Amino acid sequence: MNSDITSLASLAPAFPEIILAVATLVLLLVGVAINKERSAGLSYAAIAILAVVAAFVAFQPADGIIFNGVFIGDAFTRYMKLLVLGGSAFALLLAMPHALENGVHKYEYAVLALLATLGMMVMVSANDLMSLYIGLELQSLAVYVLASIKRDDGRATEAGLKYFVLGALSSGMLLYGASLVYGFTGQTNLQEIVQAIAMEGRSIGLIFGVVFLLAGIAFKLSAVPFHMWTPDVYEGAPTPVTAFLAAAPKVAAMALMIRLVMDAFEPITRDWQQIIIFLSIASMVLASFAAIGQRSIKRLIAYSSIGHVGFALVGLSSGTQVGVEGVAIYMAIYITMTIGLFACLLSLRTGRGPVETIDDLAGASKARPFSAAIMAILMFSLIGLPPLAGFFAKWHVFLAAIEAQLFVLAVIGVLASAVSAYYYLRVIKVMYFDEPVEVFEAVPNELNIIMAVSGFLLVTYYFTVGSPLATFAHTAAGSLF
Amino acid sequence: MTFDNTILSILTFLPLLGVAAILFVPAGGESAANLSRGIALVTSLVVLALSLFMWAAFDPSTPGFQFVVDHAWIGDNIGYRVGVDGISVLFVVLSALLMPICILSSWDSVGTRVREYMLVFLILEMLMIGVFVTLDLAMFYVFFEGTLLPMFLIIGIWGGKRRIQASYKFFFYTFVGSVLMLLAMMAMYWDAGTTNIMRLLQHDFPQGMQVWLWLAFFASFAVKMPMWPFHRWLPEAHVEAPTAGSVILAAILLKLGGYGFLRFSLPMFPDASAQFANFVFLLSVAAIIVTSLVALVQEDMKKLIAYSSVAHMGFVTMGIFAGNALGIQGAIFQMLSHGLVSGALFLCVGVVYDRLHTREIAAYGGLVENMPRYAVAFMVFTMANVGLPGTSGFVGEFLTMIGVFQINTWVAFGAAFGVIFSAGYALWLYRRVIFGALTKESLKSMLDLSFKEKAVLYPLIVLVIVFGFYPAPILDTTASAVDALVAQYSASVGLSEPLVAAAH
Repeated sequence: MNSDITSLASLAPAFPEIILAVATLVLLLVGVAINKERSAGLSYAAIAILAVVAAFVAFQPADGIIFNGVFIGDAFTRYMKLLVLGGSAFALLLAMPHALENGVHKYEYAVLALLATLGMMVMVSANDLMSLYIGLELQSLAVYVLASIKRDDGRATEAGLKYFVLGALSSGMLLYGASLVYGFTGQTNLQEIVQAIAMEGRSIGLIFGVVFLLAGIAFKLSAVPFHMWTPDVYEGAPTPVTAFLAAAPKVAAMALMIRLVMDAFEPITRDWQQIIIFLSIASMVLASFAAIGQRSIKRLIAYSSIGHVGFALVGLSSGTQVGVEGVAIYMAIYITMTIGLFACLLSLRTGRGPVETIDDLAGASKARPFSAAIMAILMFSLIGLPPLAGFFAKWHVFLAAIEAQLFVLAVIGVLASAVSAYYYLRVIKVMYFDEPVEVFEAVPNELNIIMAVSGFLLVTYYFTVGSPLATFAHTAAGSLF
Repeated sequence: MTFDNTILSILTFLPLLGVAAILFVPAGGESAANLSRGIALVTSLVVLALSLFMWAAFDPSTPGFQFVVDHAWIGDNIGYRVGVDGISVLFVVLSALLMPICILSSWDSVGTRVREYMLVFLILEMLMIGVFVTLDLAMFYVFFEGTLLPMFLIIGIWGGKRRIQASYKFFFYTFVGSVLMLLAMMAMYWDAGTTNIMRLLQHDFPQGMQVWLWLAFFASFAVKMPMWPFHRWLPEAHVEAPTAGSVILAAILLKLGGYGFLRFSLPMFPDASAQFANFVFLLSVAAIIVTSLVALVQEDMKKLIAYSSVAHMGFVTMGIFAGNALGIQGAIFQMLSHGLVSGALFLCVGVVYDRLHTREIAAYGGLVENMPRYAVAFMVFTMANVGLPGTSGFVGEFLTMIGVFQINTWVAFGAAFGVIFSAGYALWLYRRVIFGALTKESLKSMLDLSFKEKAVLYPLIVLVIVFGFYPAPILDTTASAVDALVAQYSASVGLSEPLVAAAH
């Protein structure tokens, strides 16, 4: 453990975060100084910053634990950080067209998005209950503001306020859990907590602490029963912001949960397993049924994301390396699907503005064949239908559940995925089987590019990214065991 | 890069080349539609030629897999593995054969979104060939389940009036049936440590586990097949699908269930198969008798043929679970023959549907007056469907009946009723549509088969009759693989005397 922060070389594992923090502050200064009309350039600058940081993460010279053990860099953090950075960068790119209408033309948008990304990277690298909380709050506070960035819009401000109040509650629970864990183990560092539990055994107070900690993170993940905010916030927030908060923060929260249960609470696997299994089953089942009645597309996506968190947790429930590998692959595919989905959503605009309800999509396949085709691919992929990537995501997590002999969980999971097919297919049905009623507007190039990339990756997953991604996820998961 | 280790990959993925070409066809206009049709036809003809080439190069004397490629690919649980043996090789040829026929048959009858139509059919061809050549468990599921995607779109976009309900029903029946099989496959992976089908065939699964695995696979294959009482999706899907969709559904997709039983259930879970054989016999005989009776009262031509398909699939399951060489040979033959015959019958319905736009039997009558060639073609396929000696339909039914007679006389007795009933409904259908007086005004102006329709139907007539008189090419190809399967099955379930009989 290296606590010498006077030499630059010893800070190497945290270089990406440091660069991001400095660059964000510079961007803030520039944003204040420049003309309001030119703030679109700031978004490009922000994407460039994220790309540079991603390069640093990918070719990071040194792994290790620094800052007196609060910060860790290993293959797992590298994997998750790349997902987070990719998710944020593409979400920023998504926001460029129609920025004014969505209220994301302000320079604060890019700065806050970068700050949130920094928070997420700290979450991923957290190795201590304190750094965990700092990362989580940095991310949350930035996202609360983002949700209500369109400040003269009633729904957006309502969404932001709702998110803030419930988020604060969950942070409170998380802190309470952390204090209980500290109280009963005497440690905040994750490795030392493991040792303390291994020596002293489990106690009821510790279990209480674990429950509250996991509840706090489950809120960020929007796993049932801590999902109440999700549909409202997804619907109320401007669409580009929804894209942002549906993608990267989920990955960061999932990484945090994995790190916590696999590293700190490894000796009490049986106890936390029950919680994760419950969260998983509840999320999958509730999301599948609740989404059926939705008419608004964004609410539908909200329930869909709740369901997908449930599926990802199937992998974590197993508590094995194969499980973590499965979750890692699942999150990568989830983020690709989410970004693609929002690109489709933003690209389909009728004369009255962006599409809101599913019925607005009627006949989109004739007017905008490309967007509709990608949307259909995404829907099939979200169902988990082979040969699309969504199937392989489910394959990896359920494989882990079967290995751990969690048969009931697996059977409920696959049946829930069959139920969820109903509402995904409805989108395809409306687009392809129904006659057009609306005239759709032309699509900006940024969105076409994002849709093409996302569609390409999902369709050719088996041939292109599947194998390298599995290898990378294998190394990443291996670093936790 | 030799012929042996590339031919199957080329066969599988060549349709994607056609897909790529069609993607570059500019949208809109009749010339674009014709170009898409042309690309699809040429691609499927090339695939057919290659598949025949592959069949010629296939060595029927060895029971093992040929043209094998075996790579680990995604992690250590999903691989790229292909190969064919005597059981699967002919299904590849059948899929490749029917695809150009389907494309030709929808040349004029499909006028909307032609580009997408051809695209979806080529994707479907890729998936169908893939499912028969893959030797990786996970990839089998990928191809098997992947066929849902194009078929859902085919029924939903180009289907009839109640297409939406039909496409949903099709999707959900098959999807729910298959997801349990997916979990069973994962359990198999953890027990055997591989998804390589060649190694799984050698693996002995514990007996208690076999029962669960067998049931999970049964759930999927019984729905796909479909076996009575899991057949409810089939009549609707058939009725609402466009003609070519019905052909593919009846000729190939239903066979996936039977192929699955032969590839997985019987050789991998022999004890469970023996245990459940009587249960399957019961369902098969019920299917043969009940659905034949149901077919008798149908008002809709396509529905009648759909129910008759369920009845014919009853012979297949019965033959497979008889577990002897005659039964299995017969089941494979019956599947191939049914692929030709039911496909052709749907094409025949399509011919008159294109002219009159109704499938109601009552709307027709006396077609023989104006359409003599059509009447002959329809008669050949009706007779083959009945199982008249001299047509391919006879060979399969006869072999499965002999096979099952050796195991259980009562099952054969029950199945024999199906043969009688099938003569009843098929001949009655023929009488009502083709014979009688030509009184209806709308029918008087109907023209006989066009050139394209002849090109579609005549080759099938030839095949049905040739294989009826000379089934040897098919039986020889499957013989050694079936003998090996039967020997392995008999050894595992402890039959004292393997019931391997010469199949000629």
